[in-house]
Amino acid sequence: MRSTVGRVSMIALALALLSGTVGAETIKIGVNEPMTGAFAASGTYVVNGAKIAADEINAKGGILGKQIELVIEDNKSNPTEAAAVAEKLITRDKVPVMMGAWGSSLTLAVMPKLMEYETPMVVETSSSGKITTSGNPFIFRISPPSAIEAVAFKGIVDKLNLKKADFLVINNDWGRGTAEDFGMMFKEKGIVVGLVETMDQGAQDMSAQLSKIKGSDSETLIVTTAVDQLTLIFKQATALGLKKRIITTGGSQNPDQIIAQAGAAANGTMHLTTFLPWFPEKTPNPKATEYFISEWRKRGFDFAGCTESFRGYDGIRTAAAAIEKAGRAEPAAIKAAMWSIDVKGLNGDIIFKKSGPEGKESGQSQPNVYLIEINDGKIGMKTL
Amino acid sequence: MSEFLQHLVNMLVLGGTYALLGIGLTLIFGIMNVVNFTHGVLYTLGAYVMFIVVQELGLNFFLALPVAIVVGWALGAIIELTMLRPLRDSDIDTTMLVMIGAWIAMQSGTLWIWGGVAKSVATPFPEQPLVLGPVSVSWLRLFVLAAAALLIVVTYFLINRTKLGGAMRATFQDHDTASLMGVNVDLINTSTFAVGSSLAAAAGALLGPVYVIFPQMGDLAAVKAFAIVILGGLGNITGAVLGGFILALAEELGAGYVSSGYRDAMGFLIIIAVLIVKPTGLFARSERVG
Repeated sequence: MRSTVGRVSMIALALALLSGTVGAETIKIGVNEPMTGAFAASGTYVVNGAKIAADEINAKGGILGKQIELVIEDNKSNPTEAAAVAEKLITRDKVPVMMGAWGSSLTLAVMPKLMEYETPMVVETSSSGKITTSGNPFIFRISPPSAIEAVAFKGIVDKLNLKKADFLVINNDWGRGTAEDFGMMFKEKGIVVGLVETMDQGAQDMSAQLSKIKGSDSETLIVTTAVDQLTLIFKQATALGLKKRIITTGGSQNPDQIIAQAGAAANGTMHLTTFLPWFPEKTPNPKATEYFISEWRKRGFDFAGCTESFRGYDGIRTAAAAIEKAGRAEPAAIKAAMWSIDVKGLNGDIIFKKSGPEGKESGQSQPNVYLIEINDGKIGMKTL
Repeated sequence: MSEFLQHLVNMLVLGGTYALLGIGLTLIFGIMNVVNFTHGVLYTLGAYVMFIVVQELGLNFFLALPVAIVVGWALGAIIELTMLRPLRDSDIDTTMLVMIGAWIAMQSGTLWIWGGVAKSVATPFPEQPLVLGPVSVSWLRLFVLAAAALLIVVTYFLINRTKLGGAMRATFQDHDTASLMGVNVDLINTSTFAVGSSLAAAAGALLGPVYVIFPQMGDLAAVKAFAIVILGGLGNITGAVLGGFILALAEELGAGYVSSGYRDAMGFLIIIAVLIVKPTGLFARSERVG
């Protein structure tokens, strides 16, 4: 018995040492995404985009002469899990930099861990303003916060002739943050903010909220949530005979999936998006966009996923660029290097600017925002 | 006023499906006393059966419902035979843990097979709603309400007016006596679980096309089903039906006139109130104690 135990531990030790040496030859990047739970679809797209970036970098010889290795963990769309995943990635896998965590509530839950272990994270999707204004110097965000989105939208609202708008937003940091930032911008523009209704992350029946909104005298409804709930909202709004102009925000709308699932109910809806996979020639870096889309197609993924997955692709390229610039895979060096990178992102150049309280600023890049419209089941740039 | 009428119509449509969810679980949780965590997954699977039959096989929409009922029935029977029967004499905690395991395994299975991207089902109903003055309602939802009502009536008669129903009620009232009276107790256990499961699958098949179909869709449905069963009184079919409508009413009016952020909390506030005032459920008959 004793000898068996001894032998097993010897093997285990040998394996641990072996995997240790293998690990030393790669540079690890932690990926903290929702692959199950309410945001499973979106998180999986982002991870697939991340894999394309890693494969592309490795095919070109890796960084600092080493291959990069993504350590992918599922945060189950749950903030508690997201924080646990971050801790696991940092302490057990010893990743020097991470990407995550899709949702704002998930990212906000991870942030104290970044301070505790002094490890930088590229935020690829979350749009709550709090993420870059709360004084966390380990945050480098490549997605637009709702304030940037609101500013981008500010130039368009006059042409849309907005007078009074209601909000229907997901009841979390993302949704409430959007209602706040857009509400402020509307007030500046003299647009009246009517009802502000919320819905739970997993809610499937929004008829009650929509019935209330139907009764209001606003002509526009601003909706912020992920694609699955958007589909339901469009269908339910049609069923209730709601005839307001609907504009969605947040960049997680996935218009192709909306058209496929909401059908005619999606016609006439407008969406503020952060990527134009339908018109690669109109994106800031057309060549990179075309490469990414062809690679995405080659792997047999659903084209509809592009509007999510490009962020995973850009996020990993951002992390890799920082490691390369740092010259070594250490958290402090990578954090410092983030400030001097310039990545040709699919939605504009990724250059971090300081955001938040002085002395402990987070990094924020300035991605583009576009308004698209669905008509007759087709996506078009909204011409204004 | 027109907004209030719209809320009432929404309540009727939502309540019908809540009632359907509730009666399936009240059979299993209320009568069999099994804390059935697989109820939500069976609901999800019912919806995926709808998706397979309509979208993948291209068959008739109305055919999918009976198929889902049969699949739900069969899965329920399998769960009972493989997991619950060997645990018949174990305590409730053991059974509960096994059911939690089955729930997680089955849910992960759906994620593995169909992935996390939500699916939708095309229906033969027109997209434009039925408009009655200030109120509109979709044809699909009216069909769901009618089908749910039919299933509820059938279940009511099955439990209260048939020999099988009598045997079910006898078995779970007194296992040993029923057995001595010649009731095949094993068969009754399996059929009760199977009937309850088929109702969950039916609810999923009906609601899948109304909403979208994804692996976690059953979680919220299961939570609501438990709430409805507790509200209506364990094992009480009429109670579960009324409980379904009360929950729907609370959610509609709560979201419409109090705060939409607390929509899902409304139902649970009622349950807390019911548990304080009448712990056996709103519609439970007074029971003999001892």
